[in-house]
Amino acid sequence: MDYGYGLIGIFILFGIVFVIFTIFFAGLLRPQRPNKTKLENYECGEAPMGGAWIQYNVGFYIYALIFVIFDVEVVFLFPWAVAFKQLGLFALIEMLIFIAILIAGLAYAWKKGALTWES
Amino acid sequence: MANVIFYILAIIVLACGFMVVTRKNAINAALYLVVAMAAIAGLFAQLGSLFIAALQVIVYAGAIIVLFLFVIMMLNLKRDEFGFDSRLFQRLFGLILGIIFIIQLILIVSRFRPGLPAQAIDPAMGNAAAMSKKLFMQYLYPFEIVSVLLLAALIGAVVMASKRKDR
Amino acid sequence: MTLTLIIIQIIKVIAIFVGLLTAIAYTTLFERRMVAFIQGRVGPNRVGPAGLFQPIADAIKLLFKEEFIPDKANKVLFSIAPLLSFTTAAMAIAVIPVGDSITIGGYQIDLVISDLNVGILYIFALSSLAVYGIVLAGWSSNSKYSLLGGLRSSAQMISYEIGLGLSVVGVLMLSGTFSIAEIVRQQSGSILNWYFFKQPIAFFLFFVSAIAESNRIPFDLPEAESELVGGYNTEYAGMRFGLFYLAEYCNMITISALAASLFFGGWSGPFLPPIIWFLIKVVIFLFVFVWVRGTLPRFRYDQLMRFGWLAIIPLTLVNILITGLVMVLKG
Repeated sequence: MDYGYGLIGIFILFGIVFVIFTIFFAGLLRPQRPNKTKLENYECGEAPMGGAWIQYNVGFYIYALIFVIFDVEVVFLFPWAVAFKQLGLFALIEMLIFIAILIAGLAYAWKKGALTWES
Repeated sequence: MANVIFYILAIIVLACGFMVVTRKNAINAALYLVVAMAAIAGLFAQLGSLFIAALQVIVYAGAIIVLFLFVIMMLNLKRDEFGFDSRLFQRLFGLILGIIFIIQLILIVSRFRPGLPAQAIDPAMGNAAAMSKKLFMQYLYPFEIVSVLLLAALIGAVVMASKRKDR
Repeated sequence: MTLTLIIIQIIKVIAIFVGLLTAIAYTTLFERRMVAFIQGRVGPNRVGPAGLFQPIADAIKLLFKEEFIPDKANKVLFSIAPLLSFTTAAMAIAVIPVGDSITIGGYQIDLVISDLNVGILYIFALSSLAVYGIVLAGWSSNSKYSLLGGLRSSAQMISYEIGLGLSVVGVLMLSGTFSIAEIVRQQSGSILNWYFFKQPIAFFLFFVSAIAESNRIPFDLPEAESELVGGYNTEYAGMRFGLFYLAEYCNMITISALAASLFFGGWSGPFLPPIIWFLIKVVIFLFVFVWVRGTLPRFRYDQLMRFGWLAIIPLTLVNILITGLVMVLKG
């Protein structure tokens, strides 16, 4: 199974070559007549007002934070799941406690309104 | 062959690490960090631990750096918005952290003896299963503590977010 | 490891890659014809017999389209983003077995590029990297629609990634392996071995999360054209836009193949050759994707996020608990 990595490597290489080739090929074929208006950002036909790199709603940020925490939980669940047959009831109770503590956190976030969009 | 791959990956990790600390643009720095993490995952894969390699990508490249990107993209902080001379503070703080880090590094390297016996896990069970047997039997207590730690992080995040909303 | 074996293996990789590209191209046509059928229209039927050459015409059109990078954009990241989006999407198919192993010239060849023993984790790792293509496309355009679309899209993807991961845990508990080929093998023999019958709730949660993860209707908020124009790809045109388009359909195919392999026995089935069974199952799932698109209205963004965090994730955890209890009781 050692050359399996190699095959995946070749597959990835095909993918990369394909995208670079199409972009390059399209670059040869397509017309290239830029002007000032074309190079402006789209804003429903109006001249754009300021850039987009400004401060945004912090709501997205809280999702990313909670995501990191739950991602770690999933990462613990994966090895637990594949070994579950060998681990048995004790492991189930362990994981139950682990998940219960995190669910408490999720419930707290819900209660505080962090997961709802209003306000 | 294995050595060549190792050195290529190691060079990528170090070069990207160097790029991370020298980029002025925070987004670029974060992206170099992603490449460094992916290369570290490659090192794990080369050691035959595909499981850890996958976790490295899922957690670091796929979650933590996404969080960094979110913060960078949403706040778009300019330097003068910190309200105090951040540069002086940063340099001072960075210097202190750097000294602590170097002391730690010296301690670790000085204690290292080549040929230290590494305890191999039972390969018959497969990587992940063997690891979880260790984790859920032997290291049960630390594992449960992790959940409390994660809970603290979650509550901290919610409290911070609701404070910002109040303003 | 002889030269013949190497050649056979490389031909296999090429065949799967070409097959994937063809499948993507014809999925676009399939979707357009199907949606047209659902809406009582005819759909594209002019290019070639029954419109069969339509994907080729589309590709030619995209190749000849003028592209421009907005002046205020971050040019490097703007160019990289579509490449990232497509390669991460295409790479995922590498661990999914398209058929039983066959024997050519004395060699046993598995019809999968590489059966990694962490196959499922490999797919999750790639899908967690797929966020970058979208985030970078949204941010680098320096357009308000793109950035909002990119942020929305990525927040949605990471939220449903958790649901996607948790929903397969039930299957992992039953199978005891991460290898997709092994999971398919466990389900062969009888239809009753399909994990769908042991994990029906997990399957529905998996499929809903998967639709959201691939930003499809009814969860296509990032592209909500009535409010965000094109979402993260507003500023893209020509082949760079085309790559995002291909990536979306590639994700659909990967998810259909994964659903078929994890819950519906993959290539296993009676009478017909395994590869045909695999294709039939994948096409059925693709049809469900299109059917859902043709019939359901779009969610509102807060509904979408609340649904993900407060319905999908708790339900998956309950499913894991029930699975664990049943397994312990059965011994």
